[in-house]
Amino acid sequence: MSANLTGYTGDPRIRWTEWLPWIVAGAAFFLLPEYLALGVRILIFILFALSLDLILGYAGIITLGHSAFFGLGAYVAGCLSAKAGVSDPFVQLAAAAGAAGLLGVLTGAVILRTRALTLLMLTLAITSILLEIANKWTSMTGGADGLSGVTVAPILGAFKFDLFGRVAFIYCLVALFLAWLLVRRLIYSPFGAMLTGMRENTMRMHAVGAPVYLRLIAVYTISAVMAGVAGALLTQTNQFVGLNVLGFDLSGELLVMLILGGVGRLYGAFIGPVVYLIAQDYLAKQFPEYWYFGIGFILVLVVLFAPGGILGLADKWLRFSKPRSSARASAR
Amino acid sequence: MILYVISVGLSVTMGLMGFINLAHGVFAMAGGYVFATALGRLGLPFPLALLLAFFITGLLSVVLERLLYSRLYNAGELAQVLFTIGLIFMAVAVARAIYGTLAPPVFLPEYLKGQVHVLGRDFPTYRVFLILFSAVIIASLWFGVERTSWGAMVRAAVDHRAMAQSVGINTRRLFTLTFALGSGLAGLGGGLGADIIAVQPSYPFEHLVFFLIVVALGGLGSLRGPFIAALLLGIADTACKYWIPEFGAFLIYAATIGVLLWRPMGLFGTRV
Amino acid sequence: MRISRVAIVAALALASSAAFAQTIKIGFITSYSGLNGNLGPYMERAVRLYIKLHEKELPPGVKIELITRDDTGPNPDKAKQLAQELVVREKVNLLAGVVFTPNAMAMAPIATEAKVPFVIMNAGTAVITTRSPYIARTSFTLWQSSYPLGQWAAKKFKTAYTLVSDFGPGHDAEEGFTKAFTAGGGKMLGNVRVPLQNPDWAAYMQRVKDAKPDTLMVFIPAGKTATAVMKNFSELGLDKAGIKLIGPGDITTDEELPNMGDVALGVTTMFHYSAAADRPANKAFVAAWKKEYGAGETPNFLSAGSWDGTAMIFEAIKQQKGKLNPDKTMEVFKHWKFADSPRGPISIDPETRDIVQNEYLREVRKVGGQLANVELETFATALKDPWKELQKNAPAKK
Repeated sequence: MSANLTGYTGDPRIRWTEWLPWIVAGAAFFLLPEYLALGVRILIFILFALSLDLILGYAGIITLGHSAFFGLGAYVAGCLSAKAGVSDPFVQLAAAAGAAGLLGVLTGAVILRTRALTLLMLTLAITSILLEIANKWTSMTGGADGLSGVTVAPILGAFKFDLFGRVAFIYCLVALFLAWLLVRRLIYSPFGAMLTGMRENTMRMHAVGAPVYLRLIAVYTISAVMAGVAGALLTQTNQFVGLNVLGFDLSGELLVMLILGGVGRLYGAFIGPVVYLIAQDYLAKQFPEYWYFGIGFILVLVVLFAPGGILGLADKWLRFSKPRSSARASAR
Repeated sequence: MILYVISVGLSVTMGLMGFINLAHGVFAMAGGYVFATALGRLGLPFPLALLLAFFITGLLSVVLERLLYSRLYNAGELAQVLFTIGLIFMAVAVARAIYGTLAPPVFLPEYLKGQVHVLGRDFPTYRVFLILFSAVIIASLWFGVERTSWGAMVRAAVDHRAMAQSVGINTRRLFTLTFALGSGLAGLGGGLGADIIAVQPSYPFEHLVFFLIVVALGGLGSLRGPFIAALLLGIADTACKYWIPEFGAFLIYAATIGVLLWRPMGLFGTRV
Repeated sequence: MRISRVAIVAALALASSAAFAQTIKIGFITSYSGLNGNLGPYMERAVRLYIKLHEKELPPGVKIELITRDDTGPNPDKAKQLAQELVVREKVNLLAGVVFTPNAMAMAPIATEAKVPFVIMNAGTAVITTRSPYIARTSFTLWQSSYPLGQWAAKKFKTAYTLVSDFGPGHDAEEGFTKAFTAGGGKMLGNVRVPLQNPDWAAYMQRVKDAKPDTLMVFIPAGKTATAVMKNFSELGLDKAGIKLIGPGDITTDEELPNMGDVALGVTTMFHYSAAADRPANKAFVAAWKKEYGAGETPNFLSAGSWDGTAMIFEAIKQQKGKLNPDKTMEVFKHWKFADSPRGPISIDPETRDIVQNEYLREVRKVGGQLANVELETFATALKDPWKELQKNAPAKK
């Protein structure tokens, strides 16, 4: 893996640049009120990407099945509302988080002993099985027609989701902010250091007596919980769940977004989805039939000329922020 | 079954060369288009069309390899994944621009239609032909890799490229040729399968999972592996669909999980 | 062009200039990319063609702007986001399009909340129109074709088997056919549901062959899968075993027929539209299509649904003289009748806002060396969605 990643060595204090994403998000809320629907989608994907970054970027777990947790969260929130009549948004979030976490512990315990391609395939198979279950269990999930009839009570009894997506935007922004605080806290803790250590050299971590396997399960579960919350947010803001939330292509897309932004840098998870989703949105409007080409072209360019993702490129150009200056360019 | 010939090509690039090539389906798709065009629009005979599918795809891959892939042999897995996904995206759009969205029609020659009677059951002739043809390919490939000096050189170069180079092997050319072979096989598979699996722009996406499963189950770096994995999966899948169609879709994934937990390196893998 | 006329009218009515130079914005969401990216263009082309040919019929000064968006396939959250943006940012007067049922379902709440009439030009699951009072459908429901197909089959065959794709429309087709077939005295030998992404049909076909039914009803989403099904059907010798292949029109769509080859000959289908129909309205439609997009192009049922949907929108614009009010628009939709549709006379059922149309029994035959869906008889006239009719009699299900 690459050497230029943040980790325990970083300064745990929040630098001023780290407030930038939040300032941008706040500005977007006031300046681009007509784009909030896209904004909500981006926020949710940032949260989702952040959860992936935690396991991929920091713990080195490569997966194509992260949509399993996202989808499970989405369906748990949706079914609670549509089938059990629970419309309180926080209860839905909690249930989704719990279910995804449980799935994370169970599957993590089984699959985290493997690595690389094997792990990739196992995660992929798990999400595909969940997809089939959702497809077959039409009485609960609505099958391929999707689950409609999801109702979400106003948040705190006062803020109802509106057509412009204002409430949804703020709601997701708050959720993302909390998740960001959590992840930040985690990666600058000894726990985070241990993860980085495992990514860089698993053997040595074993040698120094670190409980590698247990730590991996722990971080996998935390990540699953976050992905589950992201899925539930998607359900709540859309009031609909479709089968695509469990598809492995969603995991693939997410992986692309994260790598595009830069893996293991925390903010790669912010930049990636923003660039990818806006590019996709724009290209799909201009060339609805051929936008794939544009996205593909961007991806190839990034790989060839900016191997560390967009943030890696940014690092190369402006090596001014202190903690990163020690690490050279993002060569692998 | 046809997915096997495609996967064996993938086993060559991914297994032997250690490159995570998700864009493998692109070459299969290219082969399928070449094949259908040669057979349908140009009216060439079936065997010639197959040869064309093999060579044109191989040539195409040489260009891509020299221009793009070769820069990434030493890059990380993630970069390779991202890069090949990018290639898929572009190929999908290009295929659509050239061929439109409808699958080109494929009409087999008369001698491959109909059924043959074996042991009191009917088997479609074309499928029997496919299985025999695949067996021939695997046999010759296996011979090539295990018993010829070319095979020895490839294995040496993958194990230790610098060392191989220092004993006088032109690894650059070797890799290019090997890559072309793997992609050519994919093209051949795409062409052979065009009758059963319609060739469309979304082809590389649709079958990506299947290719990966076959390779993972078979094991990286093994040629026998993917063949046997594809065979077993094909039989199990068909049997399962026949007896319990309700769970047809689950089987392949359940089998993947089961096998990989039992043997993380795949059935015949030499490394993870 | 009409500029001079517009100028005169505008000068006369400067005070109420808002009424003129009026642009009606239609937000058009369909699938241009992804696995079924081929379907979207069939719809958009029909809409654009109708607008081009009939623009002059609009009240003076009224223009139509079509804003297209790609929902990338069955991707409800994307569709919803696009619909939301179209309503909020582009301030569209109408929503239209949609290939896939889940996308339509996800967009339904937006139509309700924003009071934007939403014309469904394809998605065919029966329940969609119940999801919002602002939805009207000009395409079809699967019950409309599979229910009469079952009635017809019950008269001809004793036993049947169904093979459908495992998703909403597939379930609808299976249920509709089975209900009518058994009610007519037929016996079902079995049914099988196949995953949507299914590369190989041989195993299922073998299963059917061993069950030895008189007829096999197949529903799979329109497109290349149909070709694979046909090929497997004959490869495994089901035709020689005396099994008759029937289904809703999706298995022999007009654009896929040339790919299928002679295996498709004799396949009987029940559907509302065939490009080969010899109604004058259809001939004109197909001719206009070929003139605009090239002789090799043929419209299909998606095009017919979109064409008629656009005709309905035009009617609403004309009746309201270019000023669209959502509720009035819906009133126009509910009582809309169209005698000159390429598929014969159609109308909207005022109660359900769903399409009422004829169903034709067709057979694949060679016409001038080309395979075509030849309409044999009009099996059902002015048929409402049978599912909704059954629901009325037996409520409280689902």
